[in-house]
Amino acid sequence: MNFLRQAWAVAEKDLRSEVRSKETVNASLSFALVILLLFSFAFDPDAEQVRQISGGLLWLVFAFAGTLILNRSFARELVNDCLDALIASPASGAQLFFGKCLANYALLVAVECICLPIFAVFYNVRLPQRIALLFLVMLLGTWGITVIGTLFSAMTVNLRLRELMLPTLVYPMLIPALIGAIQLSTVLIGGEPLGADNQIWFRLLIAFDLIFTILALSLVEIVLVG
Amino acid sequence: MPSTSAVAIEGVWKFFGDYPALRDISFDVAGGACLALLGRNGAGKTTLLRILGGLSKPAKGRVTLLGQDARAEITRKRIGLLGHGIGVYEELSAYENLRLFARLYGIEDPRKTAMEWLERTGLDRVSDGLVREFSRGMRQRLAVARAFLHNPALLLLDEPFTALDDRAIKVLQDLLKGALTEGRTIIMSTHQLREALELATDVALINRGRLAFRGERTREMLEDPGWLYRHYGEA
Repeated sequence: MNFLRQAWAVAEKDLRSEVRSKETVNASLSFALVILLLFSFAFDPDAEQVRQISGGLLWLVFAFAGTLILNRSFARELVNDCLDALIASPASGAQLFFGKCLANYALLVAVECICLPIFAVFYNVRLPQRIALLFLVMLLGTWGITVIGTLFSAMTVNLRLRELMLPTLVYPMLIPALIGAIQLSTVLIGGEPLGADNQIWFRLLIAFDLIFTILALSLVEIVLVG
Repeated sequence: MPSTSAVAIEGVWKFFGDYPALRDISFDVAGGACLALLGRNGAGKTTLLRILGGLSKPAKGRVTLLGQDARAEITRKRIGLLGHGIGVYEELSAYENLRLFARLYGIEDPRKTAMEWLERTGLDRVSDGLVREFSRGMRQRLAVARAFLHNPALLLLDEPFTALDDRAIKVLQDLLKGALTEGRTIIMSTHQLREALELATDVALINRGRLAFRGERTREMLEDPGWLYRHYGEA
């Protein structure tokens, strides 16, 4: 309970700051909408083409827009040396990290929830009746992006080129999770049956999330203090 | 009177690349003492304080605070750190900042504690104001409140008087005097020798990462703050 209480204190602080500054959500949302708009003008796909690219396009937008939020996650702590104040507090590195993950996750999911219906309108996609499953895929994939992105945000926080370094490091790590999320999203948006052969992607996403959450929670103390 | 050792530093080295920022530093600070950590810019004071505060680890050597490892949770609960930065959030109000840290320090009633410290530092009237709208002096007072709000047994202060207005200096001096009366231990690095030496019971001087002097503060130091640098500092 104490773990979650302190983690929530950090998450609440991040969310409150973001609600007031709207620093990252505005940038991330604008970026996502611009990509969706540009792609919708770039080609005029028929229903079959949309079905084939829908998952990839959606997760491309989520991953790119997400990086903008994740980049600022630890960088915002540099103002007034707030990171030092947090690390010096009794909250462990894992608690600080988990709190940051919760806040980032909430922001990413909020941006995605706005993007999804806009994607449906721009690409003339009828969101499937299995929207709950698509939402589940979104939640699982986004947690993977959040955990990896938050960890690398902590690792790159003191680098001058952190805006460049974060995506360079994060995207290769995300490949398994993105492949799984893209495959599942394509099937679900296309209205195809979710056969047994697709179950493996669900298992991959869950395993990815679990493994990297445990790994990140174990490593973050070393990342923050050395 | 000071008795057991509150801080024990044994053979601490710290490197930045190949450059040794701290070279075999060893000394103790007794419980209830106030140590003025002196040295020129780049001497290694901040590096040592960061190690003591658990923000960085030594390459070699060992640091024990209040009988425990510097990064132990129980130790961090009993340390108050005031570094170069004020460590408060611009987008939060003064009250929200203090309540956040009260929660992180596991204080039972964060709301009450935050309000008490806002009052003690004269910020109660602007408790709901965002820090980004505060003057520099108000921010510094809030930072002081953040460092003190959990009643730490050991205070680590890095240049605490720098950039403070007269009101903030008075608040900090009163708090430090009160802390010493209550038997807490203070280590502060500073360039403002007069303010520091007035409070200090002990002095340590660092020169290019080496401990050049460690002893009690004497009357000579108080009467002539430059005395220590002339005798033990570099030319």
